[in-house]
Amino acid sequence: MAITTSSLPAAARTPWGWILLALLLVALAAVPFLSASSQTFLSIVYAKSVAVLGLILLLQAGQVSFGHGMFFATGAFTVAFLGRWMGGGGDLGVVLLASIATSVLLALVVGVFVVRYRYIFFGMLNLAFSMVLYAILEKFFHLTGGSDGLRIRRPTAFGIGFTRSEFDTVLYYLTLALAFLCALLIWRYLKSPLGQALKAIKSNETRLEYIGLSARFVMLTGYVISAALCGIGGALLGIIQGIATPEYSYWTRSAEFVFIAILGGVGHVAGALTGTFVYEAVRTYAAAFVADSWQLILGAVLLAIILKAPNGITGLVEGMVARRRAGQGEDAR
Amino acid sequence: MSFDTLVLAVCDGVAYASLVFLVAVGLTFIFGVLGVLNIAHGSFYALGAYLAVTLGLTMVKAGYNPWLTFPALFVAAVLIGAVLGGLMEKYLLQRIYDKEQVLQILVTFAVFMMLENIQRLVWGVQPYFMSQPVQLLGNVSLLGISYTAYQTLFLPVMAIIVLIGLRTFLRHTSAGAQILAVTEDREAASAIGINAQKVYFVTFIVGASLAALGGALAAPTTSIMPGMGAEMIVLSFAVAATAGLGQIEGAAVAALMIGLGRSLAVYVAPEFEVLVPYILMVIVLIFRPSGLFGAPQLRKI
Repeated sequence: MAITTSSLPAAARTPWGWILLALLLVALAAVPFLSASSQTFLSIVYAKSVAVLGLILLLQAGQVSFGHGMFFATGAFTVAFLGRWMGGGGDLGVVLLASIATSVLLALVVGVFVVRYRYIFFGMLNLAFSMVLYAILEKFFHLTGGSDGLRIRRPTAFGIGFTRSEFDTVLYYLTLALAFLCALLIWRYLKSPLGQALKAIKSNETRLEYIGLSARFVMLTGYVISAALCGIGGALLGIIQGIATPEYSYWTRSAEFVFIAILGGVGHVAGALTGTFVYEAVRTYAAAFVADSWQLILGAVLLAIILKAPNGITGLVEGMVARRRAGQGEDAR
Repeated sequence: MSFDTLVLAVCDGVAYASLVFLVAVGLTFIFGVLGVLNIAHGSFYALGAYLAVTLGLTMVKAGYNPWLTFPALFVAAVLIGAVLGGLMEKYLLQRIYDKEQVLQILVTFAVFMMLENIQRLVWGVQPYFMSQPVQLLGNVSLLGISYTAYQTLFLPVMAIIVLIGLRTFLRHTSAGAQILAVTEDREAASAIGINAQKVYFVTFIVGASLAALGGALAAPTTSIMPGMGAEMIVLSFAVAATAGLGQIEGAAVAALMIGLGRSLAVYVAPEFEVLVPYILMVIVLIFRPSGLFGAPQLRKI
């Protein structure tokens, strides 16, 4: 099994890859100057891609969670509660750190229980917990605003207050930076011994334990990290949209993350951003025409990907690059 | 809590447990034989309810005898189970039995997403209600309280019939023996001439019909609306997991436990109504990770 190569983003195998990545970053950093209209759209893409990254991390271990919306909601509601408590929306740095803390905490409590299970149990238990959180958020409406949710006021950014449009730009760069930073960190993590052990859960868990590593510990670490990523994603999206609603914890939201992860490709971290971008772009332009049957289309596309291209978009691109390289190699001979 | 409310809660709980049992036993039966946990099972439940209401109300409107709503419940269940279940097994599941588990889960999940949407497209988002079967059977009085006969007698009797029927089918008929043989060892069963493909097909249709039957029988007792499928798949999974996946009799015990727990919560602490089934499940799974009646699996190296 090609553990070492599959953990590398295709872009990073050659210096050319790093250069391309840098160019992409520069291009994305220039967006607020060139096309202000796509700024918010891309901010949402970055925010969601962080959450999707969490799902990809679990899929590396061969596990799928249908309930990570619960951490997404936890992140967003933390921002809402803390912002209200601090007054005026709080501060960006503080609310983000707090949302990481609360989602990690919840992940530890839920995780200790769910990491004992794999596959369908793991997926369904996560779903059950997320539905419990959804029910709580809806039922205790005097605290959580019920199905209307809570408003998130514009926080100050690291002590400085901004106007609406300035803040949007700050948020754009923050989400961009976080999306890339998280992807980079997860890429490093997957290459680390602990990350390799996480992948071993997919290939052979018993052998993992034979070399003296606790599969539960490895899984719990992965689970907590994936929850933290979803917490960050939820906090960011909450701030962008100015609201936290129980819907963040509903199964359709978790399903969306799973869908995007599969669409982008679970092979490596680049799948998160690629998948989210394609998904959001299609949704923004197509959803208006097919709003009633959106879920139906998602389901059908998901089936098609699983049956025909199980490695998603990044898998297709990787395949193309590999074929071209192979072709070039033959030319040289 | 007075004695009357307790009786009321027990009646509620038993009726609810009967419905959940029908759905959960279908889920656990399919898992036991095919090794696939069908997430779209919740949609079969919801679609069974919708179709039953549509059939029943159409007949009542057309002036037929309202007693005909009873057979309509069963017709709806079998239609959904045989048509949707049959199509799903034949054209989707048969392609994925040898694939990775995570892909199998995703496939049934994709079907669930599609069916939830189709249900919204066909029936919209407004709630439906069909009370004829409940009214026709009238009330019975039980220990001083009056409760609908449909819920206190009809539903539990149906659940018991299904439980005994399924047991007899599996233990005392040739088709049941074939199913058990395939469950035990698909290859060996095929080698002695059992058509394993057909066994899977029939099992899936039976399981799917049971889910749809649960929905159809639930239709007269609640208003049906979008979201009921998602709720039911998680709940029936909770029941199946509490019992131990694949345990048919265990599912009955777990359903009764969770049904009673939930209905007691409705009267004691209504905020926690939704939580009780999961709290029970978590408590059971902490002490018995493979469920009350499940045997721990051996790990292969």
